[in-house]
Amino acid sequence: MSFFKRLQQDKLGITCLLFLGVVSLAGIFAPLIAPHDPTLLQVDMKLAMPSAEYPLGTDHLGRCLFSRVLFGIRTTFFYALLAMGVTIFSGVAFGILAGYSNGRVREVILRFCDAMLSFPSEVMILAIIGILGPGIMNIVIANILSKWAWYTRMIYSSVQQYRSKNYVKFAQVHQASPIYIMRKHIVPGISGEVTTHSTLEMGWVILSISSLSFLGLGVQPPAPEWGMMLNEAKNVLFTHPWQMIPAGITILLVIVALNFLGDSLQQAMNSKSYMASPKQQRKLFRLGEGRKMVSDHTDR
Amino acid sequence: MKQYVIKRIAGTVPLLLLVTFLAFILINLRTSDPAEIALRVNQITPTEEVVQSMREELGLDDPFLIRYKNWMMDSFQGSLGTSYVNKKPVLEELRQAIPPTLELAGATLIIIVFFSVSIGIICSIFENRWQDRFLRGFIFLLAAMPSFWIGLLLMWYFSVYLGWLPTSGKNGPSSIILPAVTLSLTFLSTYVRLIRNNMIQNTQENFILYAKLRGLKQSTVMWKVFSNSIQSALTAFGMSIPRLIAGTVVVENIFAWPGIGRLCVKAIFNSDYPVIQAYILMMAVLFIICNLLVDIVVVMIDPRLRREAK
Repeated sequence: MSFFKRLQQDKLGITCLLFLGVVSLAGIFAPLIAPHDPTLLQVDMKLAMPSAEYPLGTDHLGRCLFSRVLFGIRTTFFYALLAMGVTIFSGVAFGILAGYSNGRVREVILRFCDAMLSFPSEVMILAIIGILGPGIMNIVIANILSKWAWYTRMIYSSVQQYRSKNYVKFAQVHQASPIYIMRKHIVPGISGEVTTHSTLEMGWVILSISSLSFLGLGVQPPAPEWGMMLNEAKNVLFTHPWQMIPAGITILLVIVALNFLGDSLQQAMNSKSYMASPKQQRKLFRLGEGRKMVSDHTDR
Repeated sequence: MKQYVIKRIAGTVPLLLLVTFLAFILINLRTSDPAEIALRVNQITPTEEVVQSMREELGLDDPFLIRYKNWMMDSFQGSLGTSYVNKKPVLEELRQAIPPTLELAGATLIIIVFFSVSIGIICSIFENRWQDRFLRGFIFLLAAMPSFWIGLLLMWYFSVYLGWLPTSGKNGPSSIILPAVTLSLTFLSTYVRLIRNNMIQNTQENFILYAKLRGLKQSTVMWKVFSNSIQSALTAFGMSIPRLIAGTVVVENIFAWPGIGRLCVKAIFNSDYPVIQAYILMMAVLFIICNLLVDIVVVMIDPRLRREAK
């Protein structure tokens, strides 16, 4: 059964994928969907509760919260997508380079990664923001710089794993070019892992962007951003607790969907060996049979 | 064992040098001239002459490596420079900000250890029954919430709605509860999962089967499972201490907790580079030392690794 077929049978995974697709589309077509201009100030309408006119109410400056959440997709979600894409891509590129080159290049890349990894990523991000100054693009750069080394190491170790496989050795004996081997054997081998990690990384970057914006170090007003909306909600916490619900729930839903999708992808990937669908697998795991199957498989 | 410890300590020296060097480079990569900033925050118009004399005063015209050496020597002697903004020594500011952060991190660690161990054990006892699935689902949901949102929700419910706890600031022991709980929630899910899975895995080990066959009491068998499961969790707890201290940034800012995270964010807003530099240096050193200690403790605990280390 192919990977996509298996994923299709996983209802939860598909639901999450659809949800994230809808979120992306809503972000792209935000100007068509949004009922109001997200930066339009109407102070006489401030802090309204949800109504037909304002589906999620208005904030402390009378801006439509629904429109702001929608346009927030463009900042939070799309910038996170950009950061994740570059991080994963550079991780994969350097990881394969390190895993496939011998000697000096590998040593330089790996030692450099070790040095980068000796900073905890949270501190690294703060340090980079501290130097470059607040701003959304700087957060994206900080996220990429602080995470690529980790992915490089991870990809490096899985490339090493695939290099010792017999079919790769066989191709080498046949004098296949390294590029051919990478394209034909290594990249397909690691692609599963990479996809799973990119969904998890995406969630991580969204949290990072929104928490830094919450602190005021990220997106600068009046651009709508989920974390910054929560920061604005904090100021009216005592009188209008509703303000913190729309942006908060949005972040929560997106993160949960990304995490579930990551799990589903992993399951769909791991079931290469035994032909159970993810649903059947979950049932088996529930019955306590799953572990036996896994151990049977690894013993072989 | 002694040899291993010496070898590990010797191994951290180049790493420390490298990290301090990186911190120094990072801070020197900034686009703006520190002499100009130092003048601006004191509201002196930066004319060319004044900037030049300030550059000499701050020693900015020396070659790069000499500046690095000077900075390192100063840092070792505990002089981390003076803040551009309020002209106080950075060391003084750090000394005021570190204890609250350590208090917060300590309280958080206690909450994490207590809840992750107890929930992990409950989950493993009720493996795959509704109790287990409910608890895991709940923890999963908590982990997906951004910490600043949980902080706001908790603050609203417990401080505003119920009025039980103070909203923010650091006055009295009750004010630590909300920040510590908020901070611990992000870490909880990893540890619960870790302990639960370790427990479940260990119950299937041969030595547990043997213990059961010997007819040992249920509680003794459980203790054997637990003490074997806790080891890898211990490493993870140790590793999370620097993460905890670094992770206080958001929580400290929500609850106006006067710690180093807040100090650092304030410094970033003011482009107060000496403070940022000191923060980075301190965090990097802390991270390396914690990793070193954890590695040594793990080798001391685990007999298999001890043999390998020899």
